[in-house]
Amino acid sequence: MTASVIIFFVLAALAVLASVSLILQRHPIHSALSLIVVMVALAGLYLLMGAEFVAAVQIIVYGGAVMVLFVFVIMLLNAGEEERTNFSKLATFGGIPLALALSGMIAAGIARSSSQLATSPATAEGAISSTRQLSMLLFKDFVYPFELTSFLILIAILGAIVLAQREN
Amino acid sequence: MVPTNYYLILSAILFGLGVLAFVFKRNVITIFMAIELMLNAVNLAFVAFSRALGKSDGEVFVLFVIIVAAAEAAVGLGIIILTARNRRSLNVERVDLLKL
Amino acid sequence: MSEFLAKYAFLIVPLIKVAILVFAVLTVDAYLTWLERKVIAHIQARWGPHRVGPHGLLQPLADGIKFILKEDPMPAGVDKIGYFLAPFLTLTLAVTSLSVIPFGPDIKAFGYVTNFGIADVNVSLLVLFAITALGVYGVALAGWASNNKYSLLGGLRSSAQMISYELALTLSVVGVLLIAGDLSLKHIVEYQENGNLGLLGWNLFGFAKDHAGFTQIIGFVCFFIAAIAETNRVPFDLPEAESELVAGFHTEYASMKFAMFFIGEYTSMIAVSCLATILFFGGWLSPFPAYWTFTHYLPSVILIPFGLWVIFDGVRYETIFGRILLPGVGATLTAIGAALFLFPAANDVIQGPFWFFAKVFVFLFFYIWMRGTLPRFRYDQLMDFGWKILLPVSIGNVVLTSAFLLWRMH
Repeated sequence: MTASVIIFFVLAALAVLASVSLILQRHPIHSALSLIVVMVALAGLYLLMGAEFVAAVQIIVYGGAVMVLFVFVIMLLNAGEEERTNFSKLATFGGIPLALALSGMIAAGIARSSSQLATSPATAEGAISSTRQLSMLLFKDFVYPFELTSFLILIAILGAIVLAQREN
Repeated sequence: MVPTNYYLILSAILFGLGVLAFVFKRNVITIFMAIELMLNAVNLAFVAFSRALGKSDGEVFVLFVIIVAAAEAAVGLGIIILTARNRRSLNVERVDLLKL
Repeated sequence: MSEFLAKYAFLIVPLIKVAILVFAVLTVDAYLTWLERKVIAHIQARWGPHRVGPHGLLQPLADGIKFILKEDPMPAGVDKIGYFLAPFLTLTLAVTSLSVIPFGPDIKAFGYVTNFGIADVNVSLLVLFAITALGVYGVALAGWASNNKYSLLGGLRSSAQMISYELALTLSVVGVLLIAGDLSLKHIVEYQENGNLGLLGWNLFGFAKDHAGFTQIIGFVCFFIAAIAETNRVPFDLPEAESELVAGFHTEYASMKFAMFFIGEYTSMIAVSCLATILFFGGWLSPFPAYWTFTHYLPSVILIPFGLWVIFDGVRYETIFGRILLPGVGATLTAIGAALFLFPAANDVIQGPFWFFAKVFVFLFFYIWMRGTLPRFRYDQLMDFGWKILLPVSIGNVVLTSAFLLWRMH
């Protein structure tokens, strides 16, 4: 049990516990906080794999902007605790076992596969850093999708402004 | 060195939990958060494969997924705010008719 | 014993550094509050705290005891998780952001080379921005969990302000990144080293030795203004202004939890000042050219006369306690100055951190000076300024820097 595996299990347990907490909490703001914990745990896992830039972007953009948006909306709409309506019993008693079976089957299939890939956290001696490699790919091979995403963000901003306008 | 399978199993578990949250929660914002959880699980699988194969293509795609998720969250939450103001409720089970 | 130490050195040394850093940061925070109250008081032609201990030097101690012993009420109807989490998050994030800052060049002791900061990460600049991004939650949760309209308003305003100025903060640093080509703070400082020109090699002026550089004055101004807005200080402190919103997002917090917000704010002030010195002012590099070796004695030249002056002022102080404490402090300072003069090895080690802390002190003094001088912005003026002026100027700085670097490369 090397140190990497121990850290992996700690972060993985944190992520799974936080996701379970997202399902079990009644107030949406507590679910939002649990999701933030999941994202930080995943950022830790990205760091463990050596993808430092992706980890930083995950926290800055996902954890620091998208989730702040969620928290703001929950505060503005004054979302209260969930009501206890029981519209369907089939969903509860049939659905949970099926969902667990789905993820269990995927996990078992992966575990049984004979792939020999191992994630290597450290780059070889003299290799360029992962950030530099990523940026070379992003600005040379993937520059067209990169510019398209800037258009996408512009469209999203315009859409959000139109949606948020008051009706005159 | 952590084997890739560990990361993929974790990704599958998180995805399954996201599906559970999506199906069982009634608050529309929580359902949206479950979608973000599923996207995160997929990101984890992308980065795991990217590091296992030694190339950075997976990481580039993860960046695109994060950007698209941010744009989608902005517009989706705008729609949710409008819908919630019209129906005065955030419960998806009350949004079951085309007419207001 | 020494094999055990050598084998686990990678674990023990950071633990020692963490202990030293936490202790040092909390002490510096406490005396920063003292400095702030004294400086603002003198700007406003009054004395500030001068009763508790000589020159009010024990005022932070009295404040600390007050915070510990005061009742810590929890209002009814608050959201318990958010109420407890918010100050804890603010304080933890602020102190964590200090862990990636290099305070000086590498230390070589007992045959072991170690970083002068706690963590030497490749992407330390991004780690700092990530922690700043997460800092919004402390404020937003505090405002919402307090079950109070004014707190909610203050919290929402403050988090909106922090998010808006975070963009300008990040973009104003891109110019430095283009010049240095590296995200690691230690390498950014090392890139600003120019032995013959000293001061001019800093990113503020941009005459680095081996590679093209461009003056980053616009970037520095944008960064500093955005940093003041990030830390909710005057002139951007409407969300916590006393005359506007009771006390903004920390209205319902008292005693220990309020102290956590307070310490978190001052620590993030220190972190941002450290970041400004590293990115734009050369970090631990001396402003004098390297061949002026007599400037290495500057710490002693400052400490010895200052210590003697403190002794001289202390023996004529009003209270008996002051007549004992102040000469003691003065004697310690003089002894340290003399020790640095007599032991060149210690003097070499202290050079880097001396310049670093001197520059950070200048920035902190500037923060306090602004608090005593400037009025505060109205909220819509604040948001206008952030989005309509600061963000385009930061982007313009990026464009200008990259154009210049491209021109220099051909």
